[in-house]
Amino acid sequence: MDRRDFIKHIGGAAVATSVVLSACKSSNDKPKALEGILDGQGEMTYRTNPNTGDKVSILGYGMMRLPVEEGGTLRDHPNSPIDQELVNQEIDYALEHGMNYFDTSPVYCKGMSERATGIALARHPRNSYYIATKLSNFSPSTWSTEASKAMFENSLKELQTDYIDYLLLHSVGGESKELNSTEMFNARYMDNGILDWLVEQKAAGRIRNLGFSFHGDPKIFDMLLQWHDEGRYHWDFVQIQMNYVDWNYAHVIEPENVNASYLYEELHRRGIPGVIMEPLLGGRLASLPDYIVKQMQEREPETPVARWAFRYAGTPEGILTVLSGMTYMEHLVQNVATYSPLRPITPEEDEFLMKVAEEFVELKTVPCTSCNYCMPCHYGLNIPVIFSYYNACITEGKMPAGNTEAREYQEARKRFLIGYDRNVPSLRQASHCIGCNQCVEHCPQKINIPEELHRIDDYVEQLKRQ
Amino acid sequence: MLRKIRICLQIIMMALVTLLMLSMGFRVHLWAGWVAKIQFLPAFLAFNTVVVSLIGFATLFFGRIYCSVVCPLGIMQDFFSWLGGKAKKNRFSYAKENRVLRYGFFAIFVIAMIFGFAPLTTLLAPYSAYGRIVNSLFKPLYDLLNNWLASMDAAHDRYNFTEVQIWTRSVTTFVVAVLTLLILAFLAWRKGRVYCNSICPVGTFLSFISRFSLLRVRFDKDNCKNCGMCEKNCKAQAIDFKNGKVDYSRCVVCGDCLDKCKFDALKYGRDLSAFKSKPVDTERRAFFVGAAVAGTTAAMAQTQMKVDGGLAVIEDKKAPKRQTPVTPPGSVSARHFQKHCTACQLCVSGCPNNVLRPSTDFQHFMQPVMSFERGYCRPECTRCSEVCPTGAIKTITREEKTAIHAGHAVWVKENCVVLTDGVSCGNCARHCPTGAIQMVDYAGPNGTVQVPAVDENKCIGCGACEHLCPARPFSAIYVEGNEMHQIK
Repeated sequence: MDRRDFIKHIGGAAVATSVVLSACKSSNDKPKALEGILDGQGEMTYRTNPNTGDKVSILGYGMMRLPVEEGGTLRDHPNSPIDQELVNQEIDYALEHGMNYFDTSPVYCKGMSERATGIALARHPRNSYYIATKLSNFSPSTWSTEASKAMFENSLKELQTDYIDYLLLHSVGGESKELNSTEMFNARYMDNGILDWLVEQKAAGRIRNLGFSFHGDPKIFDMLLQWHDEGRYHWDFVQIQMNYVDWNYAHVIEPENVNASYLYEELHRRGIPGVIMEPLLGGRLASLPDYIVKQMQEREPETPVARWAFRYAGTPEGILTVLSGMTYMEHLVQNVATYSPLRPITPEEDEFLMKVAEEFVELKTVPCTSCNYCMPCHYGLNIPVIFSYYNACITEGKMPAGNTEAREYQEARKRFLIGYDRNVPSLRQASHCIGCNQCVEHCPQKINIPEELHRIDDYVEQLKRQ
Repeated sequence: MLRKIRICLQIIMMALVTLLMLSMGFRVHLWAGWVAKIQFLPAFLAFNTVVVSLIGFATLFFGRIYCSVVCPLGIMQDFFSWLGGKAKKNRFSYAKENRVLRYGFFAIFVIAMIFGFAPLTTLLAPYSAYGRIVNSLFKPLYDLLNNWLASMDAAHDRYNFTEVQIWTRSVTTFVVAVLTLLILAFLAWRKGRVYCNSICPVGTFLSFISRFSLLRVRFDKDNCKNCGMCEKNCKAQAIDFKNGKVDYSRCVVCGDCLDKCKFDALKYGRDLSAFKSKPVDTERRAFFVGAAVAGTTAAMAQTQMKVDGGLAVIEDKKAPKRQTPVTPPGSVSARHFQKHCTACQLCVSGCPNNVLRPSTDFQHFMQPVMSFERGYCRPECTRCSEVCPTGAIKTITREEKTAIHAGHAVWVKENCVVLTDGVSCGNCARHCPTGAIQMVDYAGPNGTVQVPAVDENKCIGCGACEHLCPARPFSAIYVEGNEMHQIK
């Protein structure tokens, strides 16, 4: 490390300590085996919300991928009930280790997330945590004033509380075949007067912070921030997708998307706290190709791959919290360690991660984060699993490549095809996509789903014929 | 000695035939396919003169060794007869040859063959009867084992076993197989080789030759103490020890009598005097035993379809009513196929795409037909043509297959999702391997839409369109068979 880097490092650390608040909690009971040597030796890092003075843990709990009784998540066992006992244990651990931000939505986990979150949290004093939930009125049947109000009231009921700490307009910026993004926004929040009603609720103390989460058309993002500048509406926080790949490459991966660097700068300029979603790109930044993992481990052999992404997402100034949808206790323990305290990314490490991002983009994976918003597909396909299988084969270097006559190629081909059948039953495979395009408008990542499915299907067909 | 050799050969042959019938996973047909091709009736139907004359000469030389060590149905009966012998020792006695029954069945069979009357030929062909028993009764068990191994494999990230679908392809065939097994087991238990010597057309045909066989079991009168052990242990009921005679038309050269004779009074060797023997009484009983049992087990073999909450429920496809059945590429024509196929189910067992299944139609009784509810005839696969022992499905290459038009697709407007669901589709056109389907403009009730149009000249009848059509339970595009496959 040369002198310049050394100074940068020290500088970074100083910034970090200035936002650290002691949570006065013992960390002696952390299972050491699961943590890296460098991290997890101190207290959780906190950030301050300038509007309310809330001290928010830099790690927020996303309640979207809750564990189910039959194992895994609902993606693995769509008919299984939530494993409430495990959720309780995880929330207990989270609170015990200084986490205090829990993010849910009426639509998560087939609509079961809020209730499970409510049950787990109600066992603790209401002032020991912050609840974030959303007005998830995606379906036109919920656009009416009454239906949207009922959705909010129901959230309070499910969460067993009489106020929401952080309420979001859920995923603004979307559009459909019939409505462009502006029309869609108006239909969901303006024409029914629901945004004004939410502002009233905030004044009445039933909502403490009002914000929105954004995916899609940047026109809406810009419009809402302009309203903020004009004083028409005040946004206490905004939730954006940010990670070291989307920072510069969101636009490259999907031309309709906007880079996270733009979104962050716009918020930072206005002093609006940012809540980060998809810090791991739906888990994909936790399983990288071997050659990238190697580069990371040559720097820090004991640091889990995912930790780089979490450190990255938590580093910028003005980030209130980084959400992670932790299904398993092990992930929770590891992530708590990552942020206890946060070791900010140094400028040199930042440069390194930008190079990693470049290599990641070159993999040409499908930018699916397995959010399941596209499901259920009317024609029975299991879209997220098809994509995640295909992506895993690419990142794990399992795609058949090279001379088609070679034994290695034939082995890889066999593995790919058998693995495909094992992961996706044949009636739910890409060959059954008819291209009706009904899923496209639901995708927050703006993936042209039918096009990608047809591409994968063509590839599979070509392999089968060899 | 003769008995031991016979048993060794039986075990090997039985293992190979059964393995061939059960499993295509390890491409067994590549190294064991010959066991099906040396079966008499399949070889005869395939005009395989080499095999037919080899069997003929072998019979003339050794007697009916074919029935002992080649025919799987014969071996199976020996097994049940052996079990019967365990229960009751020395249970056989000489019976006269029943020529009326024997020649009657033979004549009916020959006439049925000439006229291509499948229900009789398929029912009586011995090798095929065994094939159906394995396919209907043992294959589901084998597949269960395979799927268990596949799940173990998947758990350990290995790729040796692939999960397969377990389903009853035809209840009729299943019931026929169960009845065949029950009746034969019962007859063999009680009366040994009575089926082979009174009903089986191959047995009867070979008996014409074996009467004159060069090597044969004969009495040495000097050593014989008239103990009768030979007769009591002859499962063909062909030994008349009192008169010192053996009916060579029924002797299958099993060697049991040679082993049982403590006095060395029976020898297997040359004897130039050709004996003639008298007819036998045969027992035919209880053809309807166990029909009720069969019905319940048929339902058991059905697989359960996994239905998930986060996933749309997928309705099972139903087979459309085809005016002309679709027969596999290589089968030349419906007529050729009907005349040559003995419904052994080897191709049904081996079809990796779940396309082939036995016909329930009386005219093509148990002979395989194609249907596309579970898969389609994939362009790279020619497996049925490789395994068929009778030449009913002639061996074709992948390239030849692309030129064989086994059927043609027909669009059913009423089912097409473009019109019923108002969505764009084109999945049939996208997956047609010959590019026979184009999407064309069509004035629907809600404006112009794109619907499939089939160019029959290009369509080979593979069923990709039918299988991948999103309309359920009946596809909006389906395949009609071609009476004679067109080669273009």
